[in-house]
Amino acid sequence: MVRHESNGTPALIQLDSQNRLFCRGRWTADAVAGLASPQSLLRLFPDNSVTLDASGIDALDTAGACQLKRIESDLLTAGYEVGITGLQDRYRILLDEIESHPLENVAGPLPTPGMLEAAGRWFVAGRDEMERFVAFFAEVMLRLFWFAGHPWRIRWSEAWGNVYAAGCNAIVIVGLLSFLMGVVIAYQGVAQLRIYGASIYVADLVGLSLLRELAPLLTAIIIAGRTGSAYAAQIGTMQVTEEISALRTIGVSPLDLLVVPKMLALLLVLPLLAVFADILGVLGGMVMARIQLNIGFAAFLDRIAESVSLRSFLIGVCKAPVFAGIIAIVGCYQGFQVSGGAESVGQRTTVAVVHAIFLVIVADALFSVVFSALGI
Amino acid sequence: MSGQAGKHIVVKMRGVTTHMGGRRIHDKIDLDIVEGEIFALVGGSGTGKTTLMHEMIMLRKPDAGAIQLLGKDLARITRAERQVLRKQFGVLFQHGALFSSLTVLENVGFPLREHTLLDNELIDSVARVKIMQAGLPADAAFRYPRELSGGMIKRAALARAMALDPKILFLDEPTSGLDPHSASAFDDLVLRMKQWFGLTVVMVTHDLDTLWQAADRVAVLGESRLLGMGDMDSLSRESHPLISQFFEGPRARHRHTS
Repeated sequence: MVRHESNGTPALIQLDSQNRLFCRGRWTADAVAGLASPQSLLRLFPDNSVTLDASGIDALDTAGACQLKRIESDLLTAGYEVGITGLQDRYRILLDEIESHPLENVAGPLPTPGMLEAAGRWFVAGRDEMERFVAFFAEVMLRLFWFAGHPWRIRWSEAWGNVYAAGCNAIVIVGLLSFLMGVVIAYQGVAQLRIYGASIYVADLVGLSLLRELAPLLTAIIIAGRTGSAYAAQIGTMQVTEEISALRTIGVSPLDLLVVPKMLALLLVLPLLAVFADILGVLGGMVMARIQLNIGFAAFLDRIAESVSLRSFLIGVCKAPVFAGIIAIVGCYQGFQVSGGAESVGQRTTVAVVHAIFLVIVADALFSVVFSALGI
Repeated sequence: MSGQAGKHIVVKMRGVTTHMGGRRIHDKIDLDIVEGEIFALVGGSGTGKTTLMHEMIMLRKPDAGAIQLLGKDLARITRAERQVLRKQFGVLFQHGALFSSLTVLENVGFPLREHTLLDNELIDSVARVKIMQAGLPADAAFRYPRELSGGMIKRAALARAMALDPKILFLDEPTSGLDPHSASAFDDLVLRMKQWFGLTVVMVTHDLDTLWQAADRVAVLGESRLLGMGDMDSLSRESHPLISQFFEGPRARHRHTS
């Protein structure tokens, strides 16, 4: 029987008077750690055979037995003949047990690939990923077109739930951040415009930059972090717990139940949040202009009405659904890519947020290029 | 039930009462588990078998009553004593609960790495002994849990539970999800582990074959209390309807003679 006696001396090896290596003390997991291989003692040996006298071992567990075996094999490789004597019968069983499971030499984990191989693997993995993403994107688009012809088949209750979660619950954070954004732009703008005596143009600056560019972009980034990650984590966890497979076998398409309602919800919510961000952002700028320049609210709004065309506002709002599509597709796609366990969910969620934000900014840049080419 | 004179009692429960969701699932349960036996908790779904086990392994506190584990009263021990106790029992969770980011070898070595000062080489060799003892092929050591079958996951989890050579091994549904052959092999494994190490084994199970093959003593939970306790022969002769229902359903038709 193996017992850890809680007292007693730690494991020890000594050279005794009969030229034997005397093992004593507790050979247990908590007490054999400091034990070194007795090579140094062996210089004193005249001949090539060593006896390990184990009669002094008070307690032995698997770790202790492994340590004893290791010492034995170290001595064997050093060219000694080794015998273990005096081990109590109850511990002999344990040692035999370990001997009966020889540590087969198996190949360890694959060596880390070289640079060329790593680059190749990275490229192939990237290509496969791209292929899967395009396939997923196409599948979702096909379902959306089909639903456009059969709107009564859309799971509206799911969609409304998502509208609430992605929209209503995000109002505070979106409003607060765009208000602050307005404050920052006005503050920085005033500092520059003052030099030219053109302080009133701060309204143009705040209005145009926010409505046309920053408010939709900021909203999309917040939603990518907040909702895109939630989508990936939810679908990913369902993948781990085989809920996705269960849906399929019951005959419910996971795309219809999970992806399409999320997509529609975000398509509706993101433009609304962008408009809300416009309003709060301008409000922030207005408050700042009043504090710093004493420009009244009415004067500020007049200036905005003059300088910011309806078209600029619409351009901003029109980008929002595109951003929404990107966030929803990337989030859901990464969710479906989860395989294995908890770690994969975490990885895929991170990737979903990073890719969504990246693609949103790329799309925004493309919009700028296209609009300037069209002269809008 | 302390018939085995001279043996230590490793788990002792007195008046343990637990409420869950407004329902009393344990009502003043008294229970003694003796050193070196294989003790099984059985009962229908929702009778609180797993909860009772969680109370023994300090994952949950009972609402009333006292539990002693290896002579220590769980309600009044210090944090440090609790850590010491935790090194003396191993738990096999129902679904293995292997850490998915670690290989089997790292999973089995994990308790050793946390609780001892052994060097990596020794930890790996202890872990590999445990992996072999659990009946896993040697090359399983470098695989991740997701690459293992259900039976292999159970074996790897058993190896991890045994890593520190515990005194008590807790098994939650050890054979659920295994095919009959693997389940029977797993029972053998537990029996062998018990013989090698003088383990006390506490298990929650539904598996009648396991009960006949491995259990020394069985306690039947039901109606918030222990309906009966004893070896399988005497329990299977009990007349209490809930007990006989458990042992004499259509699935119990293969009578064992152990």
